[in-house]
Amino acid sequence: MPFGNTHNNFKLNYKVEEEYPDLSKHNNHMAKVLTKELYGKLRDKQTPNGFTLDDVIQTGVDNPGHPFIMTVGCVAGDEESYEVFKDLLDPIISDRHNGYKATDKHKTDLNFENLKGGDDLDPAYVLSSRVRTGRSIKGFTLPPHSSRGERRGIEKLSVEALTSLDGEFKGKYYPLKSMTDAEQEQLINDHFLFDKPVSPLLTCAGMARDWPDGRGIWHNDSKTFLVWVNEEDHLRVISMQQGGNMREVFRRFCVGLQKIEEIFKKHNHGFMWNEHLGYILTCPSNLGTGLRGGVHVKLPKLSTHPKFDEILTRLRLQKRGTGGVDTASVGGVFDISNADRLGSSEVAQVQMVVDGVKLMVEMEKKLEKGEAIDSMIPAQK
Amino acid sequence: MASSFTRLISGRNTAALLASLGAGTMATGFLMSETGPLAADKKTKLYPPSSDFPDLRKHNNCMAAALTPAIYAKLRDKVTPNNWTLDQSIQTGVDNPGHPFIKTVGCVAGDEESYEVFAELFDPVIKDRHNGYDPRTMKHPTDLDSSKITNAVFDENYVLSSRVRTGRSIRGLSLPPACSRAERREVERVVVTALAGLKGDLAGRYYGLGDMTEKEQQQLIDDHFLFDKPVSPLLTCAFMARDWPDARGIWHNNEKTFLIWVNEEDHTRVISMEKGGNMKRVFERFCRGLKQVEHLIQERGWEFMWNEHLGYILTCPSNLGTGLRAGVHVRLPKLSQDPRFSKILDNLRLQKRGTGGVDTAATGDTFDISNNDRLGKSEVELVQLLVDGVNHLIECEKKLEKGQDIKVPAPITQFRK
Repeated sequence: MPFGNTHNNFKLNYKVEEEYPDLSKHNNHMAKVLTKELYGKLRDKQTPNGFTLDDVIQTGVDNPGHPFIMTVGCVAGDEESYEVFKDLLDPIISDRHNGYKATDKHKTDLNFENLKGGDDLDPAYVLSSRVRTGRSIKGFTLPPHSSRGERRGIEKLSVEALTSLDGEFKGKYYPLKSMTDAEQEQLINDHFLFDKPVSPLLTCAGMARDWPDGRGIWHNDSKTFLVWVNEEDHLRVISMQQGGNMREVFRRFCVGLQKIEEIFKKHNHGFMWNEHLGYILTCPSNLGTGLRGGVHVKLPKLSTHPKFDEILTRLRLQKRGTGGVDTASVGGVFDISNADRLGSSEVAQVQMVVDGVKLMVEMEKKLEKGEAIDSMIPAQK
Repeated sequence: MASSFTRLISGRNTAALLASLGAGTMATGFLMSETGPLAADKKTKLYPPSSDFPDLRKHNNCMAAALTPAIYAKLRDKVTPNNWTLDQSIQTGVDNPGHPFIKTVGCVAGDEESYEVFAELFDPVIKDRHNGYDPRTMKHPTDLDSSKITNAVFDENYVLSSRVRTGRSIRGLSLPPACSRAERREVERVVVTALAGLKGDLAGRYYGLGDMTEKEQQQLIDDHFLFDKPVSPLLTCAFMARDWPDARGIWHNNEKTFLIWVNEEDHTRVISMEKGGNMKRVFERFCRGLKQVEHLIQERGWEFMWNEHLGYILTCPSNLGTGLRAGVHVRLPKLSQDPRFSKILDNLRLQKRGTGGVDTAATGDTFDISNNDRLGKSEVELVQLLVDGVNHLIECEKKLEKGQDIKVPAPITQFRK
């Protein structure tokens, strides 16, 4: 069911300059790209599901951004958004994903055997390892646009698929709206529970509507494979465990994902994917692999080294606090993960994490001994 | 028009046929091969209203009490002439289950026509909220003749300030939950142009929220005039904070006794206020100002949304009728401690709030006392009710000061049903 500014045709009675948003104080990708002319060109279009330009950009209009942090400022409401509004989204994608061109092809590689090493990150430094991605289910609109009926349809299909898994993937689904207090407490302690979004980046894009209807968490019995249903994407898939065996985490990630995908395909609702943009997700920043592979790693000395940020940039990695995005690090422990999503494969991105973290742990050890690390600083990857 | 309607029917029938053959996904595939806005319409029909009906089992608001699956099924696919839908009207009530003690309304209008197109939902909601008022059969009286008010200068030993507020919507433009940026800017233009025509004690100035200076902002805060971007999820879930602060602003007269908010929760909120107990003068300025503004917009071919059943049309059904809240800040140290205080207020059809406004606590012994009702009684009637009520409260306070006993007054009759 269309959401938000559905009376698009009525807006067309007004001139472009009367409808064009005031983006003079804005700092996000959408504001950089959306000129009045482009707004005029795209404003009478809608996707087959009725998602309009104003629906795409509302979150970027409502959230002017921060001088230091460049947010994306737009979302897709369905698979077709990326086609119908390509004149807006292609330059944003290029800006966000290192110059990715409209003609580029994205490589998907979920064959974990192609990963070299990754099973020997020093557990004295690497406290935990995790890989996450998102998946969208073909035939449904995305969270900014979906109706309650669709969201429940997504949930139903996802639960069917997940509860049919067995072996290491045997698990259970906990719908948000009916979990018991005990279940909720347990999920919080396991760091699994996701909350109703409070970030205006998400709420202004309509993703918190009807909460908690159709939302839930599935995880396997051993608590190493976890799926969020209907949060910011249809599915968020997470593989994680304590310690530094990223190889095992990635194996389970790839195997689990492929099993799930097979089941969805049997129901004629495969994942949204194309050879240009890879896996289609709600936020353009998550296109391609949608993959964030990372570790919590102790780097008290390296993190205070003047070249720390430069090293990260060269390794194509990013740092976050241990609470995830937009948090600070605690006790010298950082969340280090891949910066890229689009234009390189899953294997390549996890390889960068594995190799990069290995190198940084070596650097940390050197600094502990009072030795210099300048010769170890890598070239730009 | 006829040919696309035919195409719609045949397309829907085909989709329904495919779906009934158990080929739900084939139907989806069929629909996805269509392009254009009609496909969205067909897809909507693939999901029957029962699949979309919200889960309201944990909800306590007027919308949740009134919305049955049958009403939802009937209204889900209707649109107002501005293309506003039922789902959009009720989103705020779905997203905000409410509180066991406080019953919120849980739905908003996107335009004037919402109250008609979705009458099957709004009528029972209005009845629930406004003491049984039936919009189908009853008429709402409008009376802005302030000369009729009596005994409206209060004892300033007790009354610290007096205030009357209401809202007005500009006919022909969508309401804050639905309006596009251009419509919102048009509301601002129409209103600010009209206000520029006010003279004498009503002459004043407009401050656009987006372009006020720091100094102006500080002054408006100090005057208690400035309104903020809404944070209440009751408003944000109803899409009223979109594009903030575009086309929002505050106008006030030079004497700071007449104030208008533009494009906050309604097109306009009109406020007359002053320190002290001269409610007569506050209401007189209120009526005069409102009439002048109405005249000024009519000169340019605009008018306020109003009809004889619902009175003045505003975004929230709770503000229909007069949209009027007349109140005072009044000290009632002894009466507020008396266990009969709430009952007295109830019978006088008054409500108490803290001095910060709705959902705040009272500081010390000073209360915001105002009329409960909005619809079914005229502005003059409601202000007189408030005046008589406040005078009675002050009498009670004086009695208690002298050690005399007070009586709970008989309840004031509602309008005839």
